[in-house]
Amino acid sequence: MAVTIELPHVGESVIEGTIGQWLKQPGDTIERYEPLVEVITDKVTMEVPSPVGGVLLRILAQEGETLPMGAPIAEVETDEIPVKTTPVHRHEAEERPAAPAPTAAKLAGTTGYLVKGVRPVGPTGGGPAPEASPEVPQEVLPETSTEAPAKASTESAASTAGAPRLSPAVRRLVQEHGVDLTRLQGTGLGGRITRDDVQKYLEAGPVTAAPTAAAPATPSTEAAPKPAAGTDEEHIPLTPVRRMIAEALTRSASQIPHAWSTVEADITGLVALRTRVRDDFEERERVNLTYLPFVVQAVAESLKEHPSLNASWGGDKIILKKRINVGIAVAAPQGLIVPVIHDAERLSVAGLARAIRDLTNRARQQMLTLDDVQGGTFTLNNTGALGSVVSQPIINYPQAGILTTEAILKRAVVRDDAIAIRSMMNLCLSFDHRINDGAESSAFMQAVKTRLESMGPDTPIY
Amino acid sequence: MPSIPLCQVVRPGNVDYKHAWDLQARLAQSVGRGQQPNTLLLLEHPPVYTRGRLSRPEHISLTPDQLRAKGISIYDTDRGGQVTYHGPGQLVGYPVVDLREWGGPVKYVRTLERIIIDTLADFEIQGGPEPGLTGVWVGDAKIAAIGVRISRGVAYHGFAINVNTDLSYYDHIVSCGIEDRPVTSMTRLLGEEVEMEMVEYSVAYQFGKGMGFRMVEADPAALS
Repeated sequence: MAVTIELPHVGESVIEGTIGQWLKQPGDTIERYEPLVEVITDKVTMEVPSPVGGVLLRILAQEGETLPMGAPIAEVETDEIPVKTTPVHRHEAEERPAAPAPTAAKLAGTTGYLVKGVRPVGPTGGGPAPEASPEVPQEVLPETSTEAPAKASTESAASTAGAPRLSPAVRRLVQEHGVDLTRLQGTGLGGRITRDDVQKYLEAGPVTAAPTAAAPATPSTEAAPKPAAGTDEEHIPLTPVRRMIAEALTRSASQIPHAWSTVEADITGLVALRTRVRDDFEERERVNLTYLPFVVQAVAESLKEHPSLNASWGGDKIILKKRINVGIAVAAPQGLIVPVIHDAERLSVAGLARAIRDLTNRARQQMLTLDDVQGGTFTLNNTGALGSVVSQPIINYPQAGILTTEAILKRAVVRDDAIAIRSMMNLCLSFDHRINDGAESSAFMQAVKTRLESMGPDTPIY
Repeated sequence: MPSIPLCQVVRPGNVDYKHAWDLQARLAQSVGRGQQPNTLLLLEHPPVYTRGRLSRPEHISLTPDQLRAKGISIYDTDRGGQVTYHGPGQLVGYPVVDLREWGGPVKYVRTLERIIIDTLADFEIQGGPEPGLTGVWVGDAKIAAIGVRISRGVAYHGFAINVNTDLSYYDHIVSCGIEDRPVTSMTRLLGEEVEMEMVEYSVAYQFGKGMGFRMVEADPAALS
């Protein structure tokens, strides 16, 4: 029985997804719940598990294709009943767009702006990035009964050609006649090879086997890699993630009239504070204490004072967001992603540090959930981690602004008509000039700056 | 192909006798109404003696205290047959199937015998029916019991095959009212532990073949 696999509905706000990499190819044996394909939504990249075990017959949606949730993406030959991961309601066939190319308008905006490789730590100058003890992702077992994994492995063993497990009578038949099991189509439960299958095969003799045997594995000419365009150039095909990032940024850059503003903050007091509490904090919390949670706190409190920076352009109106959800740009293995700290203004510095650690860890392990990346109202990006001192970030559409924290440098500055050595950090804001003018954005920047500069060795972090 | 009736195989693991009984009763209703396809439950029970409609008290020789000490329960059931034992290592099959279009009870019980015999053959054990008696026998010894009830055209209860059963539990009962007949198990006959799961696969296949059903495995959650 061929079962059509549909793009699963993953959340109310997600109406379409772009097909990423197919993890299985036609002809591959798949187990139930085994990842089948990567799907990229405007929120998150996820692996879609197969709702049934069987053999992948056909791929109906190519990499890069953007489809509505519920559209058919593959056919699997199976004798299982699909589990509930597939949508219950069937979509009409015509819902599937015919054009394989993703249209820019249909792709929802992603993320913010970040150079790949940037680590989500505080501005530089404060010690190494928190990579000292990379955590090994825990092995995740499928959510089934305790004996299910054993069954699943048995099933896979029986259905793959490698070393199928057979009942003694079948094994004897196979051995006696030297049957090549890869030629057999199992008719037992889950495609297992039964005595009857072997007997039928033996009765039919080599005649039935011949076509299979006679068809050598001819290399598909179509699959051959296309030669590069010319010797002077190398053409790298876009990954779906790259394409989505590109389109989201293009939309933001072309639709939002960006304006820029930079302030410099004297964070000598913050540096002293962090130096004082860091060892103690890290020992107690087992969480790296970077500068980022301090900045998030200053930004969240400032957004509360300046709600027009925590807003969206609504065409004929300005939409103020009541929750302050700060996104943090993170370079994850699959590409740029912006996990969100929800209600950031309610958290202490310590709470923010924990939340950031949790989100960045899961981003790198590709274990973010939709909730983790939804609902951002403002974005922070630590470009200083790469040594940058000034940036012009592109807004994470449709937010009102994005702020970068630049490298922390000791500079000679004038204090009380004397030259002093202070730890200085630039903060760069890009803002949607339709929503705010220079007055509001500067007031916001001054608020962030004042908060950071007022931090000192005795500022509480809990 | 499309006219072949479907039968789902559900393997919920180790299930208390009473729980499985309730499950069958619910399933029998659903199957009778066409709300669930025919279903073959394959499971094991914790140690239990069950009495059918023809059992007599003297068929269990243990006192209630002895039963408690051994952790064995007793249930009176509405199936045919007499006393029997279920416990770990015994593969219990409860087919809940609509027989209204399929055929009568005698044909059904004979088919179940044939299914068990074919399953044993997959493990190179030659079993057979015993004239006048139900169940499946290997030589003189009983290896599988059959007890079926049909209500409103839907069959439930079923069969039990001794795979790796601890046979000492049979010492305290007169199995199925037949005295002086030994019981055996696949492990005893083959001299090596038989893997329960392999027997399950074999039974599922032979059941589909014997009954003329297309077998698909379903998640136990599908029944709740």
